Amino acid sequence: MAIFSAVVLSMPIWMSPFGAAYPDILQKFVIFGVFAIGYNILFGLTGYLSFGHAAFLGVGSYTAVWSFKLLSMNIIPAILLSVLMSGIFAVAMGYIALRRSGIYFSILTLAFAQMCYNLAYSVLTPITNGETGLQLAKSDPRIIDRLFSEAGEGLPSTTLFGIETSGYSGFYISAVIMILAFYVSLKIFNSSFGLKLKAIKSNQNRMRYLGFNTKPYLLTAFVISGMYAGLAGGLLAATDPLAGAERMQWTASGEVILMTILGGVGTLFGPLLGVIIIKYFENIFSAVNQVDLHSFYALLPDWLEDIMVAVSSMFVGEGWHLTLGLLFMFVVAFLPKGVLQGVEIGYKKISSYFSKSPTKSTKKADTGANHGE
Amino acid sequence: MLFNLMDAILLQLLNGLDKGGAYALIALGLTLAFGTLGIVNFAHGALFMLGAFCAVTFNKLLTVSKSVKDESITFFDAYKEVPYLEIWWGDTGTAIIDYAVPLSILFAVPVMLLVGWALERGFIQYFYKRDHASQILFTFGMAIVIQEIIRHIFGANPIPTPAPDVVSGSANIGQYFGLGDNVVYPWWRLIYLGFSLCVISAVFAFLKFTTFGMVVRAGIQNREMVGMLGINIERRFTIVFSLSAVVAGVAGVMYAPIVPPDFHLGMDFLVLTFVVVVVGGMGSLPGAVAAGFLLGILQSFASMNEVKEIIPGIDQIIIYLVAVVVLLVRPRGLMGVKGVFEN
Repeated sequence: MAIFSAVVLSMPIWMSPFGAAYPDILQKFVIFGVFAIGYNILFGLTGYLSFGHAAFLGVGSYTAVWSFKLLSMNIIPAILLSVLMSGIFAVAMGYIALRRSGIYFSILTLAFAQMCYNLAYSVLTPITNGETGLQLAKSDPRIIDRLFSEAGEGLPSTTLFGIETSGYSGFYISAVIMILAFYVSLKIFNSSFGLKLKAIKSNQNRMRYLGFNTKPYLLTAFVISGMYAGLAGGLLAATDPLAGAERMQWTASGEVILMTILGGVGTLFGPLLGVIIIKYFENIFSAVNQVDLHSFYALLPDWLEDIMVAVSSMFVGEGWHLTLGLLFMFVVAFLPKGVLQGVEIGYKKISSYFSKSPTKSTKKADTGANHGE
Repeated sequence: MLFNLMDAILLQLLNGLDKGGAYALIALGLTLAFGTLGIVNFAHGALFMLGAFCAVTFNKLLTVSKSVKDESITFFDAYKEVPYLEIWWGDTGTAIIDYAVPLSILFAVPVMLLVGWALERGFIQYFYKRDHASQILFTFGMAIVIQEIIRHIFGANPIPTPAPDVVSGSANIGQYFGLGDNVVYPWWRLIYLGFSLCVISAVFAFLKFTTFGMVVRAGIQNREMVGMLGINIERRFTIVFSLSAVVAGVAGVMYAPIVPPDFHLGMDFLVLTFVVVVVGGMGSLPGAVAAGFLLGILQSFASMNEVKEIIPGIDQIIIYLVAVVVLLVRPRGLMGVKGVFEN
């Protein structure tokens, strides 16, 4: 745990060689990390594929912004409320959706999330502010803040007892919360509750025959992961007090599934790895443009350069989704347990290689190591 | 007042049938893949979109142009783009261009057959034995890839693809029913409705009256048994998948004049179609069609102002609401087949 915390908190340092050491992307790493850790508790442990988690993310964001508007700019009540609200939503959704399993469960959660999304866009506009998204305004009441101080000039920013929650401090606050969230999920994984969830995944009928009522366990897992999503939504709003309905669209659920799968479902670190890979690609790859490509291939002859630029421009910039889709297909097809599994396989290959033939030349061992990566 | 209501109801009924036609067509292809192959194909919406872009491509191919000196402007040299077809064949060429969308069905069928075949042989066949979650995720990735390729080629903006001139106007249906002149409805949408009915009947006839169809239906009921009887089920699966791609494709072709296709078209339809399939009952072809029309009609009635006044927002969620209720009350959907997708 200590090592993990150190690694997370020192991210601004070791991420800088990758060009990702600015607070915006670091915040995204940890916030979506919370989201993915939570999703992994449901999908990784129980095998229930939910397409509705984006709804919780959205609910969390809206609740947090409303808390900023009505209560206080302090993020503590905002985050607590958003976790609570999304928990309530998760109980309602889970109670109904968990009556079915397999693909039906996926469709039911999808239906719920789409309902939330459509309502947020149409009828609930007074609450969600529709397409524009919910924003802070100067005239908001902020009851608790008003008890202590007068309203200042301009828009107030979100704080944690006076510490601004944007930029690096925002990253550190989110990172601490993520480490706590990770610790909780670690405890869940190792608890008897987590074991029961794993048993449900491997064979639900057997669990029933053994006399377990699986429903409460599933519901608890669903609500916990929904609350994690709400927490992530609250943090998103805390670092940037804006909430839009597009966070609730089902493709957003697809994204978190993607992250979890990519890193490794059911593993502890996998989802975090997936988040970092995807958010990194999203930020770095999508910023690459034609000029960068031309300078990248500058050593090649002109005609080859043009061809290479034309080919690779399909995969970067606006087309980074294509890369994502291909990566996704590849991972699902060949590494169903995610990148972590790939690393593991590579590691095994290398270690077995060394143990079989310790006398072979180092040159071959090098190729083996490359293969492993 | 009464007549106004009748008009509105008739209009919404047509709207619903029309929407339902599209849902039913896509859901039909999806169910074909479900029922026989056991594949949950999240790329099906992308195939629909691909069909619409077949129409766009065909339209573009027909209107490949050459700049010609514009004779009507005399005081300076003006050039205008004239399609080759018009230069070669004169009025016949213009007529062909006008009918680009219906004609592009001829173009779309082989293309979609090929695409379906390639996808099945290239990717899908390795996923028959994997669990549904990986199928969903893999085809989801595939859908993203198809979508992005289309965006790379055609750009992100919707491309208007006009219907033939003759049917681009509206039909005054009210007159036929003696309801006055208030009920007008675009011809092309009526044609779409008729077309979807034709395709649906064709698919059903194919499955009902041919030996191939019999084998496929047997495959839906019991896959292992059919294999054990010495039938090369693999090859038939490939054909069924191509068939489902073709159904989605032609549905997309004919839909192009109704909504100008953009690369996102497939995703918009995908979620709805999945709900339709689940409501109809997984693996049940009649169920998919019935649920498609039912949900289409419900959706358009829910978007009537009279209904919206009573329950605000109902038009946005009616489909999902129906899905939730149906799934909880009738676990197998409206016409679900026993033993398909049960765990």
